[in-house]
Amino acid sequence: MTDFFQLFFSGLATGCIYALAALGFTLLWQASGTINFAQGEFVMLPAFVMVISLHNSMSITVSFAISVIVSVLVLGWLFKRGLVDPLFKYGMMPIVVATIGLSIAMRNGVRAGYSSEPQPFPLIFPDKVYDFAGVNISASDMGTFLMALGLVLLTQAFLSQTVTGRAMQAVAQNTESASVLGINVPRMIFYTFAINAVLAAAAALLVTPIYLAKFDMGESLGTKAFFAAIIGGFNNTRGALLGGIIVGVCENLAAAYVSSAYKDAVALIIFMIVILFKPQGLLGQPVDRKV
Amino acid sequence: MSIQKLTRIAAATLLIASSAFAQSQDIKIANIVEMSGPGTTSGVMFKQGVEMAIKEINAAGGISGRKISYTSEDTQSNPGVAKGLTQKAIDNDVFAIMGPVFSGSIMVSMTESKRGETPNFTGGEAAAITQQGNPWVFRTAFGQSVSFPKLARYINAKSKKLAVLYVNNDFGKGGQSTIKQLLATGPTQIVAEISTESGQIDFSAAVIQAKQSGADALFAYTNEEESARLLRELRKQGWNKPVIGETVLTSAKVVELAGEAANGAVAHVGLTVEAPQLQAWGKKYQAMYNTVSDHNGVKGYTAVYILKAAIEKSGKVDRKAAATAIRNSCFTAKQYPNVLMDVCFDDKGDIDRESFITEIRNGKTVVAETLPPLNKK
Repeated sequence: MTDFFQLFFSGLATGCIYALAALGFTLLWQASGTINFAQGEFVMLPAFVMVISLHNSMSITVSFAISVIVSVLVLGWLFKRGLVDPLFKYGMMPIVVATIGLSIAMRNGVRAGYSSEPQPFPLIFPDKVYDFAGVNISASDMGTFLMALGLVLLTQAFLSQTVTGRAMQAVAQNTESASVLGINVPRMIFYTFAINAVLAAAAALLVTPIYLAKFDMGESLGTKAFFAAIIGGFNNTRGALLGGIIVGVCENLAAAYVSSAYKDAVALIIFMIVILFKPQGLLGQPVDRKV
Repeated sequence: MSIQKLTRIAAATLLIASSAFAQSQDIKIANIVEMSGPGTTSGVMFKQGVEMAIKEINAAGGISGRKISYTSEDTQSNPGVAKGLTQKAIDNDVFAIMGPVFSGSIMVSMTESKRGETPNFTGGEAAAITQQGNPWVFRTAFGQSVSFPKLARYINAKSKKLAVLYVNNDFGKGGQSTIKQLLATGPTQIVAEISTESGQIDFSAAVIQAKQSGADALFAYTNEEESARLLRELRKQGWNKPVIGETVLTSAKVVELAGEAANGAVAHVGLTVEAPQLQAWGKKYQAMYNTVSDHNGVKGYTAVYILKAAIEKSGKVDRKAAATAIRNSCFTAKQYPNVLMDVCFDDKGDIDRESFITEIRNGKTVVAETLPPLNKK
């Protein structure tokens, strides 16, 4: 039983990282009706910004601060202005295709411009293991879980408790009404993109010590986060957290009790079951559409 | 047409013809390696080793007065791509092929080098590579049939209950079956066989399986990135028993990626820049590429020099003569200093030479023991 709990807690930490990336999917969907298939690469880019800063003898804190600024500028402002805004009027599909193209370009850009080899990254939490009634839980797992959970809850509180957050939700629900109410719609949409970029940088900080910084590190993370967002509910930020945790924990349990060969299929299987029986996701709200 | 114009055309034609002639006189080598995908670390090191040797040889006047020209191509760690690139190299009439490093890739691509009767030096270690009866394939490092008996002797002395963790590809499965076979008659009992995937990121479940098995040591047989992640996970979960590997586990890249988690890892290695024979070369490589070479850098470098030695030994620039000169032959470092260590090839293309037990102490690879060649008389 101790092994079960150990697998469970380790899965929680991984799941929270998925949740951070999944939150990006739900935020962008709610604010601008777009799906960003470059979400995994949005985590990879800040990771490399941090690696470059660390190579230039900067501390991890300064490196992270730089990666947040670069992320907001490149993955927030530039992404919105350069890709989403010009394509928005043509509907969702061109944006989806463009983000797939962007993910390939980002991967290969980093590969050609920096290195195709994995780069080391320092541990951000103490290298300690704690024993709780026979269950070994590392400081790294606890730190990752608490930080990711904190960020998800903070984002949710910001959206529901602050004026700006509510304005962002209003834009997400009905752009025209929000505009009539005097809300600066383009600014609110930019805020959403900026928050997504900050979350991606935070996910990079948590995930890179485990994944190692590599040009293709975002591939599997992006896919898992997408499945997690669908499982939890694409139009619910709490759903992203739930979906991420379900995927992380189930993957770990399946790898230990079934076979590690099927580990990567777990997210897909849960995704298919949820899509079949609850298409709006576990916490998502059904959206009526006129035909 | 004026005389001046005619002279210009004649001069240009002569220039083009002489350059084409010089090109045709070059010894062409195709460097077909993993520059992306899970084999990136191994492939890039191997490629750099090959390129370093070629630059040195060309700077010193080439082989028998002929320069080496080369191309470096990426297999993407994909056997299908490796086969296609080998086919292309054969069509381009190359003299020899260096790579791929991944066993799964060379197993597929070497049918093409056999068809083109072209010497093919591989970094692959799976035992099956040289069991196919391909007279054109040569190893640049120990095959599992040579390295694993040495390793099994070491494990028998250190462990009673062993957990085996391997990567689920040709390289990993070859290692798993060979070690299982070799330990079957010894005192060490295998208590768990844990399969992991190439490119796997999360090793928590695998480590828990190893802990559940009650093993007193873990044998880890995965590629560089995965080995580093495994070592980090082992440290994270408080694993305090010996972790034993073959070659990869204590390589420079793994130490760089795993950081402090690599401390205490032990491996049998055929080539390491920490060995006294290779230290000077290691410094030269580091000065050139600003990174510490692992065994794959040495493999690529020595492969080119073995080819050079074979051409010089046979006395002619001929593929068949070069291949014949390698089989059942030994090349000593005294006679051919750039092969770095004395090495002998058997009739199948397998090599034998001295090897080392290395351990990571305080982030540094230390040679703990030097083992004699397996077939030393």
